[in-house]
Amino acid sequence: MSDEIPLVISDDAEPDAPPPLDSEVAELAAAERDIAVDVGEKLLEIDNLSVRFGGLAALDSVSFDIRRGEILGLIGPNGAGKTTCFNAMTGVYRPSSGEVRLEGESLARKKQHAITRLGLARTFQNIRLWGDMTALENVAVGLDTRHHTSLFGAMLRLPRHVREERSAIDRGMALLEFVGIADAAMTRASALPYGHQRRLEIARALATDPKLLCLDEPAAGFNPAEKDNLMELIRSIRAEGYTVLLIEHDMRLVMNVTDRIVVLEFGKKLAEGTPAEIRENPAVISAYLGEEADDDGAA
Amino acid sequence: MSDNISAGGGPTEPILGSEGTQERLDELAAARRTRLTALGEWWEALPRLAQWAIMLPAVAVIFLLPVINPPILTTEPGNDWPLACFDMARFALVALGLNVVVGQAGLLDLGYVGFFAVGSYVAALWTSPDSTLVHIPYLWTLPLAMVVTVVFGVILGIPTLRLRGDYLAIVTLGFGEIIRLLATIVPALRGQVGFQEVGHPPGPDEGAVPLFANSHGTPWYMLTVAVIIVVMMLLGNIERSRVGRAWIAIREDEDAAEIMGVPTFKFKVWAFATGAAIGGLSGALFAGQVGFVNNQKFDVVTSVLFLCAVILGGSGNKLGVVLGGALVSYIPLRFTAIADYKYLIFGVALVLLMLFRSQGLIGARSHLLTYARTARQRTVEIVRSRPPRDTSAEEVA
Repeated sequence: MSDEIPLVISDDAEPDAPPPLDSEVAELAAAERDIAVDVGEKLLEIDNLSVRFGGLAALDSVSFDIRRGEILGLIGPNGAGKTTCFNAMTGVYRPSSGEVRLEGESLARKKQHAITRLGLARTFQNIRLWGDMTALENVAVGLDTRHHTSLFGAMLRLPRHVREERSAIDRGMALLEFVGIADAAMTRASALPYGHQRRLEIARALATDPKLLCLDEPAAGFNPAEKDNLMELIRSIRAEGYTVLLIEHDMRLVMNVTDRIVVLEFGKKLAEGTPAEIRENPAVISAYLGEEADDDGAA
Repeated sequence: MSDNISAGGGPTEPILGSEGTQERLDELAAARRTRLTALGEWWEALPRLAQWAIMLPAVAVIFLLPVINPPILTTEPGNDWPLACFDMARFALVALGLNVVVGQAGLLDLGYVGFFAVGSYVAALWTSPDSTLVHIPYLWTLPLAMVVTVVFGVILGIPTLRLRGDYLAIVTLGFGEIIRLLATIVPALRGQVGFQEVGHPPGPDEGAVPLFANSHGTPWYMLTVAVIIVVMMLLGNIERSRVGRAWIAIREDEDAAEIMGVPTFKFKVWAFATGAAIGGLSGALFAGQVGFVNNQKFDVVTSVLFLCAVILGGSGNKLGVVLGGALVSYIPLRFTAIADYKYLIFGVALVLLMLFRSQGLIGARSHLLTYARTARQRTVEIVRSRPPRDTSAEEVA
């Protein structure tokens, strides 16, 4: 009964759990990445970000930072602006005002693919894989972000193409193994079970070699056992040196896996702090968790 | 505690409970398997050498098709069989090019005949005595036609490829018409009078008649088939590279591709340019064989016929569209009695196809990895090396 494994809060305070993958896989997955983990340094700054749709302010002067090496949770009731914030960060929406900076560099006016190449990758709340491609091919497209073969290089199979294609297989398989679906590498994405698809989205995002991985409700539709597995995966992603931004509805998951939490409500930032602080925050309790403390508080 | 967690829910476990996920996948796959996909799997499982051993005789038969003149297939006495073969090959080549744009990158192009026309006019302008331009040997016009059509493709692509779906289709439809009208209006292109005596490849003269005469279908057919084989190999290389993967990703979900770091606009322009080059190449071959180019052969209906070939054969599948192209050309030539109704017949055929086999005659998905074999082997190894499934969940509890 894996869903009865007790959740120990103290366990995530210091992530000393050994990552359950052999170091060889990890090395391959991280082959082309310079791991510079100075925990605490600002990686992404969101500065007075506002997004307006007509008269509606979906996001109103929100500011917070994401520090290198942390897992930051972004929570809030439905319609609070979480996904809007995500979309404004990744260039899907243009902010009405304010700025997003990745390592000090402004992301305004950058094309979406350029933002991804700068190191900001995301998954989708409603899964958006390329259904007609296999799992491995999906990941390979993510890997292509770091590849440079041109049309002619591919047509004539020039050495760089050969090198990049070989590394795509190695790293793609390593990433699929990392998220735990390597046995389905040659299966079409649309034929994969739901949980596999969610994991494949994470693998594809990791393939772009991000500095910041943004997960948009990765546990939607999961049962408690699957959520535990996902928590373990998110921790091991951080252990690999990635910074993670997590949007999630499931409070148990957020409270257990994140280092800090930012709470949004009606497009504004309501609170920011460690899970323990957020759990005690009266404004958050009344706005989000409801007036009566439930079992979340008891944990 | 941490041991307990990693053993029970390590990320190497399939997430949907460990019981029988792979078996279920296999069952699903088996349910979808048809005779054709079984054939495809058998083919993929063969070693490279065996594939070549089967392919070479097949290619030889295809090459010799106009000489063999099989009794049931033949289009005679209605139409000259070698010339019919050339026409089939020409359509197949066009379908290959259009397939890159429509089948792989998913950009609906209704003006593809425009590129075909540009290629024809390049061959005519640089070889026909009616043209005042510098004359070059005919074979040089083939690469030249590709270069010129690529330029046209990029010029058309850069402003229009920001459009999507129906809007793009309408703009390309306009492009096809613009090319045809330019051929009518611009005096240097000679409108309906056209260009006579377009050049042909050199070859030994049999008496007074050159090898590549307009009436000799066989050499033209063989040249075109050779071109098709080279084009298919090069396109295959592109397909199994980051370019081919980007095209399919754009077709499947363009926004997701862009967000995953694919510069979609660049890859769409590349798709347009590649398709245009092949269209121009087939246009130049067509001009050489017919020996005469004017503004009458490049109407919208021809574009639709090209598109029909791609969809009929199997959009996205190289082999499929070659078959589709050959069929679209063959049916009216073979059954001359119904040739006048060919649009009606293709229309009905397409409706039936959409109802019963929407992926086209050969609709197998294409492979997008250069070293898919390596990956497949590794997957098999992973599945084999996995410990028996039934133990893990029980023991932890």
